[in-house]
Amino acid sequence: MLASGNAGALLLDFLKPPVAAIQDFYVLSGRALRNLFRGPHYVEDIAIQMDIIGVGSLPIVILIGFFSGFVITMQMSRALAQYGATDQVGQIVAITLVRELGPVLTALLVAGRNASGIASELGSMKVTEQIDAMRALGTDPIQKLVTPRMIATCVMLPMLTIVADFVGLIGGYVIAYFSIGLTTTQYWTSAYQALAYNDIAQGLLKPFVFAFIISLVGCFYGLRTTGGTQGVGLATTKAVVAASVWVFVITSLITRVFVNLH
Amino acid sequence: MSFDEIVALDSVSFELHAGDTRVVLGAAGSGKTTLLKAAIGLIRPDGGKIYLFGNEITGLKEAQLFHIRSGVGVLFQEGGLFDSVTVEENVAYPLLNRTEHPETLQEVEPKVREALRFVELEQTLEQYPSELSGGMRRRVGIARAVVSEPPLVLYDSPTAGLDPITANTIMALIVKERDSKNTANLIVTQRYQDGQLMANFRYNRSSGHLEPASSNGAQGGNGSNPTRTIFMVMKDGRVVFEGTQHELEASQDDYVQKFVPKHS
Repeated sequence: MLASGNAGALLLDFLKPPVAAIQDFYVLSGRALRNLFRGPHYVEDIAIQMDIIGVGSLPIVILIGFFSGFVITMQMSRALAQYGATDQVGQIVAITLVRELGPVLTALLVAGRNASGIASELGSMKVTEQIDAMRALGTDPIQKLVTPRMIATCVMLPMLTIVADFVGLIGGYVIAYFSIGLTTTQYWTSAYQALAYNDIAQGLLKPFVFAFIISLVGCFYGLRTTGGTQGVGLATTKAVVAASVWVFVITSLITRVFVNLH
Repeated sequence: MSFDEIVALDSVSFELHAGDTRVVLGAAGSGKTTLLKAAIGLIRPDGGKIYLFGNEITGLKEAQLFHIRSGVGVLFQEGGLFDSVTVEENVAYPLLNRTEHPETLQEVEPKVREALRFVELEQTLEQYPSELSGGMRRRVGIARAVVSEPPLVLYDSPTAGLDPITANTIMALIVKERDSKNTANLIVTQRYQDGQLMANFRYNRSSGHLEPASSNGAQGGNGSNPTRTIFMVMKDGRVVFEGTQHELEASQDDYVQKFVPKHS
């Protein structure tokens, strides 16, 4: 009896922190969203964050987008050759990129670049009492720090995804044209015809949802930082891991919904 | 302003009026910073009540606190400056972010310059906090705390980690602020000398220097407290001593005695 009571108490102690963390995350998200409809709006901060997150990520997104299209085309052309259907490679590249890889790869890159950046910046501010100073000087840190990052990520990530998709298709085209020997029309027609509105919709919905998760997870771990510089490192690591895992969980959920829509 | 029991604090209670100074001494982790943060609602107490300028702040929401906090200047440990903006923007921050009448950077520039001149750092206007030394950051922190001329200023370990000369400069600024604006002061520190300076010196506006408070003549002698400075010693979230400098020095308590240098 005593033993089971202890085990129950232990289990409760074990479960309390994660449940409390989820609750805190919801509270933070709720306040960040509520601030969308309340002043003051820090337009300058939003613009700065858009520059850091959007423009700053552009080179790496273009690079990774191009090579993912490049690689998919090489791999798929070999598989399609067995059925004598290499002329359909544009279709496969388009569907894979627009539906799944474009959004997910871009989100992972932005999670690596910006969830970590946000967590370490906010974490450093937390441990050097800048967050407390902000509150003492009459500014809501969520309004000033979290909401602008959330807005900036939600605007920029879908745009980055569109760029990644397009550059990926160009990467595929390079292989299709030079290595497989397809004509320009063959490749682009098959790529274009493969896409339905459903694909575009999920291709744009995903990055939008990822953006919420990436920015809020980064802010969440940043604002919870304790324990000096070591704590900042830990917060950064946790933010990247959590953001990346959630990207995969959410893409699975959204894909499940859209696959059933047919 | 009065405090009652707080998480890391237990049965702490006192009031602070204009021109008063309260020096809180205590070992690391004794609840000094918690006390200071609770005073402006950055940390919420589990029980008890906190009044700031006559308003009970314990049950207020964050947005309601902003207005009340605009009457308080805070110097955080290490300064708490925003390192993404310049010294000028840091010092202008309290003026630009007041909810009622926000001003532009141009409008507040004279005040910002004056506050920086007060701490003798006018030349750093365009610099970033990371380019300044520890003592200079602390001085900019003081400029930011006092730029809006708040009636109450809180200082969290203003001299921690500084060499004795810089520490004295910082304390002299705090005395100067108190005596030129008649502010109420709460100073949290580990250094007895900080409190001693607050208790025994006054800023003379005409000469621009600090001078011993008792030389002004009125009372003098043991037991007088011309600067209205009260010492508090904290241990594990409790106040174990409260009284004037003379009472502090006369205390027989071992813990309290640790903060008073022995005169041989």
